[in-house]
Amino acid sequence: MREGYAAVMPANAYNWVAVWRRNFLAWRKVALASVLGNLADPMTNLFGLGFGLGVIVGLIDGTSYIAFLAGGMVATSAMTAATFETMYAAFARMRAQRTWEAILSTQLTLGDIVLGELAWAATKAVLAGTAIAVVAATLGYAAWASILYSIPAIALTGLVFASLAMVVISLAPSYDYFVFYQTLVVTPMVFLCGAVFPVSQMPSAFQRVAGLLPLAHSVELIRPAMLGLPAGGIGLHIGALCMYAVLPFFLSIALFRRRLMR
Amino acid sequence: MSTVAIDLSCVRKSYGDKIVVDGLSFAVASGECFGLLGPNGAGKSTIARMVLGMVAPDTGKMTVLGEPVPARARLARARIGVVPQFDNLEIEFTVRENLLVFGRYFNMSAREVEAAVPALLEFARLESKADARVAELSGGMKRRLTLARALINDPHLLVMDEPTTGLDPHARHQIWERLRLLLARGKTILLTTHFMEEAERLCDRLCVLEAGRKIAEGEPRALIDEQIGCQVIEIYGGNPHELSSLIRPYARHIEVSGETLFCYAPDPEQVLVQLRGRAGLRLLQRPANLEDVFLRLTGREMER
Repeated sequence: MREGYAAVMPANAYNWVAVWRRNFLAWRKVALASVLGNLADPMTNLFGLGFGLGVIVGLIDGTSYIAFLAGGMVATSAMTAATFETMYAAFARMRAQRTWEAILSTQLTLGDIVLGELAWAATKAVLAGTAIAVVAATLGYAAWASILYSIPAIALTGLVFASLAMVVISLAPSYDYFVFYQTLVVTPMVFLCGAVFPVSQMPSAFQRVAGLLPLAHSVELIRPAMLGLPAGGIGLHIGALCMYAVLPFFLSIALFRRRLMR
Repeated sequence: MSTVAIDLSCVRKSYGDKIVVDGLSFAVASGECFGLLGPNGAGKSTIARMVLGMVAPDTGKMTVLGEPVPARARLARARIGVVPQFDNLEIEFTVRENLLVFGRYFNMSAREVEAAVPALLEFARLESKADARVAELSGGMKRRLTLARALINDPHLLVMDEPTTGLDPHARHQIWERLRLLLARGKTILLTTHFMEEAERLCDRLCVLEAGRKIAEGEPRALIDEQIGCQVIEIYGGNPHELSSLIRPYARHIEVSGETLFCYAPDPEQVLVQLRGRAGLRLLQRPANLEDVFLRLTGREMER
């Protein structure tokens, strides 16, 4: 049995690149529509909430509300981009399009495919997150140099949520089940994790829950970077995110093996 | 290179209570075309997937191109080309892009793929379609592209799961012609099919399967001679039971399937004389084929 799991793990450090390049080629054909689609939602939130609520809220921790919100929206859009790419596009490649089946007949393994899909979803998260950061910087709500610092955190956020969504699609019988993950996990995280208001405003029990959630760690890394503020506990945040990226990765491979290779 | 391309011994696989592959053993020699012949649900596809390491057997041993499978199936797959039962081409990509993307899965560089593409396009007769999207191709063209794609890594072994199912006769003959070309080049082929004609035309040897069990194995001609060994008269119309008692003395064996009566007769003239003058009968005299073998072994016709 252990031998069986070893055979489906990533075969080497570079096989996944072929999967990433396959997805990149497919994306290039529809890039414009894809970029617009990915940006519209977080932009609407940023400006709608930023200007609308910003007037009422005033300053938060010494910065304008819209500047505070920008970091949260960058993290949120990275989360959404990676989650949706995995849940819908990767699920389609696994099921309806039979792309994974074709790849499994080559010398790639299941692990190589999952790794390539994670890297691809993280790439889309970087595109989505960075685009928001660029808009924020253009409007003066973030420093340009800060975008560079936040990119690794955005990429890590993408990996985390792609990895978590991989577990979801390895278990979901059909698209219909994704809505549970979306409404019960993803959306509540936006409000629990300090993306739109400081975690410190919540009751302490909720604050403790937030400390366990991956998006909170992403926000804690991205927001200070964008605002040029000193960040505390960087090691803890990175460590927590790495755990959230790596454990679901291996779990999803084991689950996919049960699902696809029986 | 060992001369045995695939070696299965006592392989068993079940899903819950359902036994799909039941203690199957066979060996495929390098350079031969080996057929797995059986009705839908006989376990053919499961066996093909096992050979690729995509299904682990419950018990039994498998070696493919010298590698233990599934443990080291990846290394075997590096030298295998696969034609799956259902097309899984990249619909939105062009023919050329499909080959390029697939080449990368074998760690081929863009230059290596480009060097291989012209010969593959020619083989698949798709030279003029190189830059057409797959969505624009006909069913036969898609199958030929799938076949060309399976050859991108210059495999030693080809595993084909029902390669001509769903094709029209013309497209099917085009695929058969190409498979013969590949055999002439020394490739080994493992072919699953439920087409008797396909098995008879292409396979050097075949294994007849029913419910995951091997019920016969050998060269198609030898199997036919061994199991039937005479002419066949198919009789439609009339009461099969009445007719069978009439011709029984002259038949070696009689099978009734549906409304058709199959009469295996060493001297067909004798049988025809008995039936002469009977109204409403349609008679067909023909040489025996694998269909008869299957009917003989299982007591039923192959489902189509």
